[in-house]
Amino acid sequence: MISDLLRIEGLRVYYYTRDGVVMAVDNVDLFMKKGETIGLVGESGSGKSTLGRAILRLVPPPGRIISGKIVFDGLNLTELSEEEMRKIRGKRISMVFQDPMTSLDPLMKIGDHIVETIMAHETLTREEAEEKAIKLLEQVGIRSERFMDYPHQFSGGMRQRVGIALALALNPDLVIADEPTSSLDVIVQFQILDLMKELKNLYGMGMILITHDISIIPGIADKVALMYAGQLVEFADAKSFFNEPLHPYGKALLESIPNIQHSDQKLKYIPGNPPDLINPPKGCRFSPRCPYATEKCREEEPPTIMVGHHRLVKCFQY
Amino acid sequence: MPLLKVVDLKKYFPVQRSFLERLLSRKIDYVKAVDGVSFEAEKGEVFSIAGESGCGKTTTGRLIVRLIDPTGGKIFFNGIDITSLSGEELRKLRKRMQIIFQNPYASLNPRMKIGENVGHPLEIHGIAYGREKEKLVMEMLEKVGLQPASKFYNAYPHELSGGQRQRVAVARAMILKPDFIVADEPISMIDVSLRARILELMIQLKEELDLTYLFITHDLAVAKYISDKIAIMYLGKIVEMGEKEVIFSDPKHPYTNALLSAVPVPDPNVKRKRIMLKGEVPSPINPPSGCRFHTRCPLATDICRREEPKLVKIDDNHFVACHMVK
Amino acid sequence: MANLTAPKMITSMLSKISPRRGVEGLFIIVGLVIVLTFIFMAIFAPVLAPYDPNKTRVGGLYESPNSKFPMGTDRLGRDILSRIIWGSRTVLIVTFLSMALSSACGVTLGLISGYVGGKFDTALSLFMDSLYAFPGLILAIALAVMLGQGIMPVTVSLTVVYVPIYFRMIRGEVLSMKESLFVEAAKAIGAKGRTLIFKYIFPNVIPSIPIVLSLNAADAVLTLAALSFLGLGLPAHIPDWGFDLRMGYGALTAKIWWPGTFPGLMIVLLTLGFSLFGEGLAEILNPKLSGR
Repeated sequence: MISDLLRIEGLRVYYYTRDGVVMAVDNVDLFMKKGETIGLVGESGSGKSTLGRAILRLVPPPGRIISGKIVFDGLNLTELSEEEMRKIRGKRISMVFQDPMTSLDPLMKIGDHIVETIMAHETLTREEAEEKAIKLLEQVGIRSERFMDYPHQFSGGMRQRVGIALALALNPDLVIADEPTSSLDVIVQFQILDLMKELKNLYGMGMILITHDISIIPGIADKVALMYAGQLVEFADAKSFFNEPLHPYGKALLESIPNIQHSDQKLKYIPGNPPDLINPPKGCRFSPRCPYATEKCREEEPPTIMVGHHRLVKCFQY
Repeated sequence: MPLLKVVDLKKYFPVQRSFLERLLSRKIDYVKAVDGVSFEAEKGEVFSIAGESGCGKTTTGRLIVRLIDPTGGKIFFNGIDITSLSGEELRKLRKRMQIIFQNPYASLNPRMKIGENVGHPLEIHGIAYGREKEKLVMEMLEKVGLQPASKFYNAYPHELSGGQRQRVAVARAMILKPDFIVADEPISMIDVSLRARILELMIQLKEELDLTYLFITHDLAVAKYISDKIAIMYLGKIVEMGEKEVIFSDPKHPYTNALLSAVPVPDPNVKRKRIMLKGEVPSPINPPSGCRFHTRCPLATDICRREEPKLVKIDDNHFVACHMVK
Repeated sequence: MANLTAPKMITSMLSKISPRRGVEGLFIIVGLVIVLTFIFMAIFAPVLAPYDPNKTRVGGLYESPNSKFPMGTDRLGRDILSRIIWGSRTVLIVTFLSMALSSACGVTLGLISGYVGGKFDTALSLFMDSLYAFPGLILAIALAVMLGQGIMPVTVSLTVVYVPIYFRMIRGEVLSMKESLFVEAAKAIGAKGRTLIFKYIFPNVIPSIPIVLSLNAADAVLTLAALSFLGLGLPAHIPDWGFDLRMGYGALTAKIWWPGTFPGLMIVLLTLGFSLFGEGLAEILNPKLSGR
């Protein structure tokens, strides 16, 4: 247990909106070891982004962490003061966003972004920080000539490279990447995922990759955490998950995605719609759409069960 | 005779310039969004155009349904030149040709009920009004799986999910019983778990109503699933085109190869050949000389920089535009 | 405690009307109460006013507020309360009339100009922009001088001042609406120009009109007061707050505060009412418009 880099226990994050309480993350447990990559997968509204932000305590209002523990390297993040939290953000846990443009100052040169980030947390001279920034940009595939360019002069893929460089600038223990390739074209996505894998080997940090596109997981993640309607329904190592998903939702999801390797694929679709998180269905939240659902599933919430080695599934079938 | 024939279609958009730039220079730059595209789609076929953003696939679709006017080239529908139809003739064409847009959140009139949104085409073309219209709309709503239809008929778009809205858009496109539908990335903005349902619905309606689709997508796995023929576009041009089986099992163009190898596969056991292209797609304002792909092509030679390759037939129903493919 | 719970009661009342709660709801309610009170005063002026507002010497000259004249009397011995009540009629007639005229003109022109585009749009926009570039009050003064005194001339001057506001807003909305996907979708099903304007564009522009309407009303109240304060508005026989404020203002130096204070207060109150209503409306309608 001590070797866990991150341990989330019973986390609940709710949004208090005008229309009611949205239970975006509802009783989630998750653990990860140092240097591991977890693919956090779910549809829009499944709570995956909220979970990612909750780890950094950056849930936007009207959202609040209601209960639960987020233990990062022995520290319970939910109990830290805002000041202590600020020291962890960027330095020990950093974030890569879907569109880095939103987190870059349009009037600041690319190089300066990285230099400022480094100097805010480390005691280095300007020259030393610049040297480090140039090295970092080269690592993410940006030539040093572009050090003085502004964000708008970069293409989407290049901006994401900058976003990654920024996230790695302080050599963090954990990087949370929220849909880092979702607005990129397939070839650029391929490049960025490859770069992320390479840098992960180089830096050895842990990574949580948040995505709605389950297809990108096999190439990059060690484990899969599948979310549905605010809850973690399956947590397994990637290989076993793709070979044999245990939760009916995971199974159905994999069967509903066209696979370019198959020639005569017959897609199966999931009936119904994702639930409303203000009034989630009683019992198992997937039960209204689940082909195996029984009376019990519609009445009682299934427990999270350990199957085999460290494989968790929230379903009565096991 | 093919149902749709497109010959050397071009669309250049003038680049927006500031007042100062207009004052200083008379030269106008153009984005060559579509630059000489030709293909044919047979009746009953699903013809896909696939490519990355900026390749001109969406513009091609909008040109074909005549939402924008082409800069050059011809479009034949059922053997009739529709390139410069206007007024009443164009309105009549709309009955036979429809489009489904990518964004179901923006493509429905937010102030009209679902029933009105779907039924309005019937009124516009004087086909049915009142009770008659309502009956046809209800049937269509049932057909696209919006049941009970009477409940959806009186709902407003904002009360529906993305997947439901896209079904409404499908219903609106189908209610005039067209022959041909352009589907512009119809599933890319929909929740993952609902995508397969929409695809299945489109396939089912195609059989039932004897439709022909021009399916536009950036997702090659989806293209492979739904199409009969595929054209791959890069910077306003078709680089490879052919039967689905041929394109996926024996791709010839280096770009097609790279694109296929970049598609993620939800299966960790698959080991594939990896072709990593450098850089990103160049600007369509001043596209590279010769072959537009030469700046990123692993096989590029001198001739590729100088001469533009033509789209040539290398086999039955297999066309490639590359100097290196013989 | 009592005054703390009163607003709470009002907001909870509102939350029953609409699912949305909060400050904006309170704004609307308070604004509405103020405006409705004045409308009530205006309608029932003949009943409510204790005296003829134009009748001089109903009391002494400059009688300070007392039980007979709750707001006192002015320099001609007229009852100030009665003049305030009848004045609300004047101000509301002018405000509502000019709002109706300017929104009708501005919205229609904006719709046509935005949809048609081209040279017609350029010319009309240029004209409207040049009107808009004038400070509202200066333009109103210039027009009032040309048109002379009276309810209609003042209404027309105010109308001209506000037409460009509606025009610009509606034209802008139409331009962005024209590019929107659902209008393109309507073209794709074969809708004609007229159908596009009236079934697709106009219904989607309507929600932004009431906000501008009520905020403009607030501005109109002030502009009318300013015009009459300058003596350019209405003839002397029509009771009017702006003019009374001007007259009362003269007496201030003699420590006679009531003839000026009460009309001034009414101007502020009515302006506040319209503004609160408009702001609340904007707060409530805008997120709904931008959200999907």
